[in-house]
Amino acid sequence: MSDTPNIGFVRHEPIPPSAPPIQQAGVVKWIRENLFSNWINSILTILSIYFVAKIILASTPWMWNGVWTTSSLRECREVLQGTSGACWSVLVERWNQMLFGFKYPVEAYWRPTLTFGLLLVCIAPILFQKLPRNMLMFSAIYPFLAFWLIWGGTLLTPVVVALSLIAGYLAFVKMERLTGFATGLLTGVVAVALVLYLGSFVTAALPEFIALEPVASRDMGGFMLNLILGTVCVSLSIPLGVVLALGRQSNMPIIKGICVVFIEFIRGVPLITLLFVANVVLSYFFPPGTNLDLILRVIIMITLFSAAYIAEVIRGGLAALPRGQYEAADSLGLDYPQAMRLIILPQALKISIPGIVNVAVGLFKDTTLVSVISMFDLVGMIRGPISSSTAWTGIYWELYLLAILLFFVVCYGISQYSQWLERQLRTDHH
Amino acid sequence: MSSTTQTGASKFSLSMLINDTRYRSTTFQVIALIGLIFAMGYLVSNLLSNLSDAGLNISWRFFGETAGYDINQMPIEYNNQMSHGRASMVGAVNTLIVAFLACVSATILGVIAGVLRLSNNWVVSKLMAIYVEAFRNVPVLIWILIIFLVMSNVLPQPREFRGDAATSSMWLDMVAFTNRGVYIPRLVLEDLGWVVLTTFGLSIIGVFVFRRYAKNLLFNTGRLIPTFLPSISILLVPTVLVYFVLGSPIGLENPELKGFNFKGGLHLRLSLIALWFALAIYTGAFIAENVRAGIQAISYGQTEAAAALGMRPGRIMSLIILPQALRVIVPPLISQYLNITKNSSLAIAVGYMDITGTLGGITLNQTGRAIECILILMLFYLVISLSISAIMNVYNNAMKLKER
Repeated sequence: MSDTPNIGFVRHEPIPPSAPPIQQAGVVKWIRENLFSNWINSILTILSIYFVAKIILASTPWMWNGVWTTSSLRECREVLQGTSGACWSVLVERWNQMLFGFKYPVEAYWRPTLTFGLLLVCIAPILFQKLPRNMLMFSAIYPFLAFWLIWGGTLLTPVVVALSLIAGYLAFVKMERLTGFATGLLTGVVAVALVLYLGSFVTAALPEFIALEPVASRDMGGFMLNLILGTVCVSLSIPLGVVLALGRQSNMPIIKGICVVFIEFIRGVPLITLLFVANVVLSYFFPPGTNLDLILRVIIMITLFSAAYIAEVIRGGLAALPRGQYEAADSLGLDYPQAMRLIILPQALKISIPGIVNVAVGLFKDTTLVSVISMFDLVGMIRGPISSSTAWTGIYWELYLLAILLFFVVCYGISQYSQWLERQLRTDHH
Repeated sequence: MSSTTQTGASKFSLSMLINDTRYRSTTFQVIALIGLIFAMGYLVSNLLSNLSDAGLNISWRFFGETAGYDINQMPIEYNNQMSHGRASMVGAVNTLIVAFLACVSATILGVIAGVLRLSNNWVVSKLMAIYVEAFRNVPVLIWILIIFLVMSNVLPQPREFRGDAATSSMWLDMVAFTNRGVYIPRLVLEDLGWVVLTTFGLSIIGVFVFRRYAKNLLFNTGRLIPTFLPSISILLVPTVLVYFVLGSPIGLENPELKGFNFKGGLHLRLSLIALWFALAIYTGAFIAENVRAGIQAISYGQTEAAAALGMRPGRIMSLIILPQALRVIVPPLISQYLNITKNSSLAIAVGYMDITGTLGGITLNQTGRAIECILILMLFYLVISLSISAIMNVYNNAMKLKER
């Protein structure tokens, strides 16, 4: 190059590439490739845009013109004078009822609010492994705290239950060292029962010790009830599900048979029939004279229901573990409880977490079914007291939009978490 | 452990029941069995004493007694003088009707949405993603109630169809959308109508025979004959001929406005439509995800290999991708059908008289026989679920990848 004589008509550098034709670059290219690549695509695009535009054009003025400050549907219509507009004031007026039901004492609303705020703190370290591990201490205390905050009564009740569980655990650890898993478990159960029995005298003697105003279960309602049923039933059903899954995987025919029959029976019937059982049949099976609250009976049945589904998820996790893990545990000389607790279950549960989360989302949606047996959860509140009140009869979109929004936020959040977790847990290389 | 174990197989001591692996599982099972028997016995004794306290007993006689209530949708003969058993059967048929309708439409909707979500058209795939996420994450009960409420509030009343200044009119003079339901024409079979139907059935079989013949010809001789037009003509020509030769033995009965309501035709109640649409749209979102996962599970190499063999895109889809994707799609699809059948019990929320509404609702309330009613109700759903799972197992075994 250097010895090229400097001639005026010879170029020294290549011509810069000319810009691609406008159809092949930028926004136009993107639109051509993604929206109008062929005639079917073009039709689909135009149809979808028309469809979306139509919905937006119809709903925006309705939402925007909404009235927020009236006290009945009739007043809303007077204010709107026939123009399209939502009557959001029903949400303003009935907001507390939709969240807490219509019987929960108004001055105690801070208690469930605080409880569900703390719920986030409680589940954060379980959901995200990166958070400091000593936050798990709070997660362990939380169930007792939540019980005390929502149901009220003396603080001693949850404290006694917590103490009994600690005592049971200590007894279990001691006895397991000495004699083995089965006797250890038995001792633990006896210790729990003993402490509960002794504690009942203490709570009976001091009913006013750091007491909150007690609230009966039947006074719970609104979205709070959905959240309570969802969290309580899912957390109770995971241990039960583990036991059922292990039973179904075991090679003892009788135990396997019991678990298979239970799981398949529960999975074969709709939740509504189980709720009917809770509503009208279940009390026949308790000893005469017991009078369990409807909400407790419903919790029992929903827990059994979700335990069957969770058991199937965990069974999938157990089956997905390579055979070598079981054999390795055996060759280390671990007995069955040790192998399960130290080798198998930690891995199987890790694989099953996304599936369990899916069951939890489904279950949370299914808690709306309790409105069919006349409990006033969010849907029950909307269908019952709010829609049938004289001021708001005939209103439906505004109320159900709020219900859709509340459920969507929770369920979509959880399912996004489960997808994130699946990506985190993926150990193969893509 | 101590070193004294395994000194010989001779002596049996009681501690071997728990410490010896030969006996341990038997011990545990016997304990479990005894525990189960005791638990059952406890529950049953509670039940019996509770029942005797309440002055009740277990009896199935109420199934033969007069029901005394009306059912608004009667696919089989029923009136309120018939028995509770008959009413339950009407409910069962209604459950099956709505479940079948919802299964068919959910499948169509789900397949379309699942395929479109994979489309390279940005607007369409995003729209489908919104559809799937919006419907999957909200309880189906809310969708059922919304569809029901919107239809009963937005659709015109039957009286608005009346008179000269009617504000609403029927669609093509055949279909009327009212807030009491949708009225559509009904097929009326005259004497020779069954001949036409039989011809049509035979034509369907004929199409399958022809397609099998064409396939065998292709595989044996390599000759490809056109199948589309011949199939259509085999399907339609004989039926149409027979229909006109016999003088139109199948007619349509259009709904007509008489007095304050429509008479004639087929009346689809709002409760049926709300339940059907809600179940279809809700489950369709789940099916869309299954379809998407199934198609994505087939590696792109399959498409490329087929293209390298010189196949056209349509044939690649129908001969290479779909058969493999179906193996992934069908098992979750069938469990979605199960979910539809179970969710159809939500009919009770909008007053559709399925088996939960008749047997688990009115019959239960009238007779007060909760245990018997709910037991039969559960058995009904259980039988359906178990038979669908049995079919699924047969299918899975037939479709399983057969490796070595």
